[in-house]
Amino acid sequence: MTHVNRSTRFGFRLWTVVVIAFLWLPLAVVAVLSFNTSSSLAWPPKGLTLHWWGKAVQNQGARDALLMSIKTAVFATVIALLLGTAAAFAVQRYRFFGREPLSLMIVLPIALPGIVTGIALNAAFRQIGLDLGIITLVIAHATFCVVVVYNNVLARLRRMSPNLEEASADLGADMFQTFRMVTFPLLRSALLAGGLLAFGLSFDEIVVTTFTNGAGTDLQTLPQWILSNLSRGDQQPIVNVMATAVMLFSLVPVWAAQRLTGEQSGLAGR
Amino acid sequence: MRTRRIATGCGLAVALLLSACGSSSGGGGASAPTALGKAEGSLKIIAWAGYAEDGSTDPAYNWVSNFEKDSGCQVDVKIGNTSDEMYQLMQTGEYDGVSASGDASVRLIDAGLVAPVNTSLVPHYADISAFLKDQAYNTSGGKNYGIPHGWGANYLMYNTDVVSPAPDSWGVVFDKASPYKGKVTAYDAPIYIADAALYLKTAKPELGITDSYSLTQAQFDAAVALLKDQRTVVGEYWSNYAVSQSAFEQGSIVLGTTWQVIANLAQANDAKVATVLPKEGATGWSDTWMVSSKAKHPNCMYMWMDYITSPEVQAQVAYYFGEAPANPNACALIADDPTHCDVFKATDADFYKGISFWATPRKKCLNGSGDNCVPFSEWIKAWTAIKG
Amino acid sequence: MTTAIDSPHRPARRVSRFFDARPRWRLAGLLTGPALWLVVLYFGSLMALFLTSLYRLNDDATRITEQMGTSNYHELLTTSVYRDIVVRTIGVAVLVTVIDIVLALPIAFFIAKIARPRLRTVLITAVLVPLWGSYLVKAFAWRAILGSPGGVLDKTFGSSPGYGLPAVVIVLAYLWLPYMIVPIYAGLDRLPDSLLEASNDLGAGFWLTFRTVVIPILFPAIVAGSVFTFSLSMGDYIAVALVGGPTQMIGSVVYANFASNLPFAAAFATVPVLVMVFYLLGIRRTGALENL
Repeated sequence: MTHVNRSTRFGFRLWTVVVIAFLWLPLAVVAVLSFNTSSSLAWPPKGLTLHWWGKAVQNQGARDALLMSIKTAVFATVIALLLGTAAAFAVQRYRFFGREPLSLMIVLPIALPGIVTGIALNAAFRQIGLDLGIITLVIAHATFCVVVVYNNVLARLRRMSPNLEEASADLGADMFQTFRMVTFPLLRSALLAGGLLAFGLSFDEIVVTTFTNGAGTDLQTLPQWILSNLSRGDQQPIVNVMATAVMLFSLVPVWAAQRLTGEQSGLAGR
Repeated sequence: MRTRRIATGCGLAVALLLSACGSSSGGGGASAPTALGKAEGSLKIIAWAGYAEDGSTDPAYNWVSNFEKDSGCQVDVKIGNTSDEMYQLMQTGEYDGVSASGDASVRLIDAGLVAPVNTSLVPHYADISAFLKDQAYNTSGGKNYGIPHGWGANYLMYNTDVVSPAPDSWGVVFDKASPYKGKVTAYDAPIYIADAALYLKTAKPELGITDSYSLTQAQFDAAVALLKDQRTVVGEYWSNYAVSQSAFEQGSIVLGTTWQVIANLAQANDAKVATVLPKEGATGWSDTWMVSSKAKHPNCMYMWMDYITSPEVQAQVAYYFGEAPANPNACALIADDPTHCDVFKATDADFYKGISFWATPRKKCLNGSGDNCVPFSEWIKAWTAIKG
Repeated sequence: MTTAIDSPHRPARRVSRFFDARPRWRLAGLLTGPALWLVVLYFGSLMALFLTSLYRLNDDATRITEQMGTSNYHELLTTSVYRDIVVRTIGVAVLVTVIDIVLALPIAFFIAKIARPRLRTVLITAVLVPLWGSYLVKAFAWRAILGSPGGVLDKTFGSSPGYGLPAVVIVLAYLWLPYMIVPIYAGLDRLPDSLLEASNDLGAGFWLTFRTVVIPILFPAIVAGSVFTFSLSMGDYIAVALVGGPTQMIGSVVYANFASNLPFAAAFATVPVLVMVFYLLGIRRTGALENL
């Protein structure tokens, strides 16, 4: 925008710098403490060492937990993509009884606090007699992930002209061909953005996970591993290492998604 | 018609809910096995963090893997963060056993959720300190309901730089006009009400408190009032012990109840802290491995109970967790700290008797003084009200 | 241009023709999955929770009694400490939401409308990456920052709010800030520059344009962000336990009672459900729900 004057522009820039600094301050503290020679939280660090990074690399439990988190997030994201896309098509393309309540229902799992969703699903699984494990965990995660896919796809569908699909049908393509060759390419960036958001939500979830995951250290997700390690003061630095490493790795997908869904569609693929 | 169908549906759900919540009551139904069968190949247990380490927290501490190799039982460990959580998990009937503290074990026995244990099937039971056997929290009606694991006292910890003179009474943490206002800590659980009762036992003898877990309404109200006063000076309640440790290390907390292991870890990080056992005595925990009455893998559970009480494993657990081992033969094997058993007074029967161990309060007073004690459900509600 | 469409794949074509002629069937095909999942599973779960709340714990807290009733709700309504906790929690959630809106609006505007494309990508990444740093670790890091004495702030500036209610507000505002920036940014990104220029051409200064054009258009996006910040704040218990000192919120009580008194936990959990349902119904007309 061209009409912002110099001092206003400076004000916005300053504000942005301050907010970004606020967002990164705790992350910087975590990163620094991951090199701390002492396992204490006390500031400043007593000295610097690579000791904890070495220990983290050797920690089988941390690796297993990371894998479990990725596995859960992938399954939950796939289910959310399927359900969210189907729901978006239904709501955008059809008028039917219960349409409004349904769109409210889709939003509810993310709008209700995690502890409510967690203990509600826990109560339901127990009543059905379903043993807690990766299945119940994926079901729970998919439930609150549906909405982000749904909203991204819905927004895209609104701006997508149905003419294209009609033209495709007129040219003799069947429903599946039209979806594969016309609709899907138009939806791709919305699905990517929604999928990435769903993956991120699931990956860092701890509250719903607490109530819907099964027993056993082999089922521990990364946030659960972090929580149980935070309960032992002398393990704190290894947790800091894991958190720093995950953040560094997340730079790649976040950046890539920016480039892919990037300029024309913006952050959430709208 | 329609309403009736819904009602039936709810009835079904109710039945399921209740069965899932364990509506059976009264122990004694189940009986202890007389001989062990073959290992079932798998074991699901609930444990305090640090009691069943498989190397996933720290590869240097792993005694579950050896058990899995020796016994052929694949172990699933569910960490219970509080006694209430452990009790709740045991109600699901999905677990074979639990490392229960006294404030869970009595409830578990009362509700019939755990089975009597035939101690002759656990060879290492013979080695366990005599003063741990046949106690109220592991024995009922002459039957043993578990194998002692380890124990410890809730000490008073203070910052030696800030707090002077060195305290020798719990009075300092209950002082409304404390000079350490905002820097006092307390354990975050309903059972902490017993700490206030323990203090009042000596501080206000006119209340006539004899047992911290058997309180009449008047005694209970006095303890709650004391804790509401304490609330005004508390900077933080703790249930996660790393939280307590970091607060003492920073200096944001200088005074309050603690476990010896927290003090050890904080001292290892150069924090200026010391622990003391105040003159009023202290509350404490004594943990017991118990077998679920619905155990699907009882043989593996018995093998686990024998394994975890063997001197070699007890030495590792006691050192790692920071507690007194139930099996004194472990003391000589703690290579990392040969003084461990002295620090924790592991073989000191008099010290043990001076501790008021966690137990679940109930209407029918634990000390046999009558049927007019404040039951645990009231303790739970009071705890929320105290914190406000 | 001629497009070569694959030679008709017979079964697919037959299925396609079947659905082409029957839009209701097509709708049913789309709806079955989501409806079963959300209505039966999720709504059913909430009902199970409500059902649980009608039971009572027995005196000795050993089991749940069989009679149903509203005693938990009665207790909830008549005990002042629970009212205090509800009021405190909603107050914190509102405050966190307001702080996040104030923090997020300018930065979102800067990213979307002032920054050059290259800087824009950098800034968006800078906003999104903190979301990948574990929630737990960030909350713990705030312990290290806010500790008084001995924390980062205290050691650097000589003072810190310490642990308590103010710390809860700061940390929750921190944790949920990206959830506010993202929808506002997306809303601004959709806002054509020409609209702002038109306003400017008509003689409106920047702040007048910002107030009368930008904010009203952004309203649904802001409300969408508030759904996150408000609900996440209302249910939190972990960050509260880590930096709140002795502070209790709804989430703390629900979590503590989940283990010790499940029916009461379920009853208390209906409070945030009611608050959120009314909130959602209230904002439905703004179109905010599609901005989540």
